[in-house]
Amino acid sequence: MANPPSRKVLGRINLYYWKHENLGRGLVTGFGIFLAGLTLLMAGFLAVKGLSTFLVDHVSPLEFLFSTKWSPDADVPAFGALIFIVGSILISTLALLISTPFSISTAMFVAEISPNLGRKVLQPAIEIFVGIPSVVYGWIGLSVLVPFIRRSFGGLGFSLLAGSLVLALMIFPTITSLAADAFRALPTDFREASYALGATRWQTVRKVLLPAAMPGILTGVVLGLARAFGEALAVQMVIGNMIRIPGKLTDATVNLTSIITMDMGNTATGTPWNDVLWSMALLLLMISFLFILLARTTGQKRRSLK
Amino acid sequence: MDKVDACGCADPVVETDRVIVRTEKLNLHYGKLQALKDIGVELPANRINALIGPSGCGKSTFLKTLNRMNDLILDCRIDGRVYIDDVDIYGDIDVVDLRRRVGMVFQKPNPFPMSIYDNVAYGPRTHGTKSKTVLDEIVECSLRRTALWDEVKDRLRASALGISGGQQQRLCIARTIAVDPEIILMDEPTSALDPQSTLKIEDLMTELKKSYTIVIVTHNMQQAARVSDNTAFFLIGEVVEYGPTSRIFNQPTEKRTEDYISGRFS
Repeated sequence: MANPPSRKVLGRINLYYWKHENLGRGLVTGFGIFLAGLTLLMAGFLAVKGLSTFLVDHVSPLEFLFSTKWSPDADVPAFGALIFIVGSILISTLALLISTPFSISTAMFVAEISPNLGRKVLQPAIEIFVGIPSVVYGWIGLSVLVPFIRRSFGGLGFSLLAGSLVLALMIFPTITSLAADAFRALPTDFREASYALGATRWQTVRKVLLPAAMPGILTGVVLGLARAFGEALAVQMVIGNMIRIPGKLTDATVNLTSIITMDMGNTATGTPWNDVLWSMALLLLMISFLFILLARTTGQKRRSLK
Repeated sequence: MDKVDACGCADPVVETDRVIVRTEKLNLHYGKLQALKDIGVELPANRINALIGPSGCGKSTFLKTLNRMNDLILDCRIDGRVYIDDVDIYGDIDVVDLRRRVGMVFQKPNPFPMSIYDNVAYGPRTHGTKSKTVLDEIVECSLRRTALWDEVKDRLRASALGISGGQQQRLCIARTIAVDPEIILMDEPTSALDPQSTLKIEDLMTELKKSYTIVIVTHNMQQAARVSDNTAFFLIGEVVEYGPTSRIFNQPTEKRTEDYISGRFS
């Protein structure tokens, strides 16, 4: 006779758990699965659309990746995307080269040199940077940077340089906040140990903290690079959109995101021209996936160091 | 000892009772809280001086006044005098130089996330030693003196975070003596270690006092009794009693000392 009452209680417990555990857990899991599914669907859609260039229209992948001949509306059309790929790589790399020294220095200042001033002044400033819409960056670049470059260095002003500078400003907050977090995550032990050996603050920052924070800083750099690669609007507004590989910094050029936004309205769905744009989108997705993978592995290294 | 002689850096054993650290009316406040009250002690050179007392009694704070690590704490005010080698270290002196002369080993082993070699070479490099030959010599010598050389000589370029906790603490001691200090401050250096590693560090201290003056904060009364020559008993920011360890532990003059040592103190 001991079992029936306990089974009853068990029944009530089940109901209780259904209301207070399973329902909430199920809801949260559902949303999670929905989003993961959506991501997969988008990737799948991009893959189908992007691959039809090669599978349906029989454009050679090698031509797509390595040819500079872009004449999608010619009688015998050519779909070489190398100019756009090179444009994207050049702009992003330059932006990174310009931005990283500023970002790391600012992160050092905020996290180590003057945490007080950093928290009160610089941190909010950096957050505002993140919130500015890219069209505003583009517009400021268009009305300030482009005329400045035209007057100072000649050429059109619309240029690789203008694009890189605008992008550098845009990725600066990403790298800075991740680098500052990397510094802050370091244990106080390192600082104490270094001071106790008679090191100055700068020696401590430069010789102990910077190397120790490097994996975290690299994660920030990679994510900044990913953002630079994917940014479309602001770059498109100042880059000039001339389909050629730039010979110098002040030459106008074009990149993957710009050609997609410019041409997508002019092409009919299902035409090879339209399909090639999808292939470029697929390429962008693959590149950003690669960057995220890179950021993850450098992050892992950081954890294993601790 | 032939190991130490082999690397040519053994200092002669000094057996004079020269006073190296002297404090006069040392008072320290954290904001409004007084952490040290009128401390006046004289610590002899080439001895192990133990600081004992319950948590929060000011012994670690006192230790950190000796290399001015308290400078890093906001709101910390210090009055009185601390003389090291008859120079007032709160007077017009170079803090960087002071910290080179007064090294510190912390409670938790805190090697830098770099190679074993670079950890030991960090101090000398910081103070301007560039020559590879000299650095090699300092690293080998420091690791030999901390009895770590044979354990790590084949992996000097490996990360210091990959060795055991006890080895890490000995590495931290090696890193400290690599800048050739006069005094080594130890803040509960064995409290995070297993008994065997603790024993190794205690043996090491006995060895090191031939060349250095050691000031150690410990919660472990047996440790103080085992290794130290002199003991100071701290209570609520004051030094209750200071003297030779055997006397403090066997015939304390103060009732409070006796209570603490016999465990009757709460």
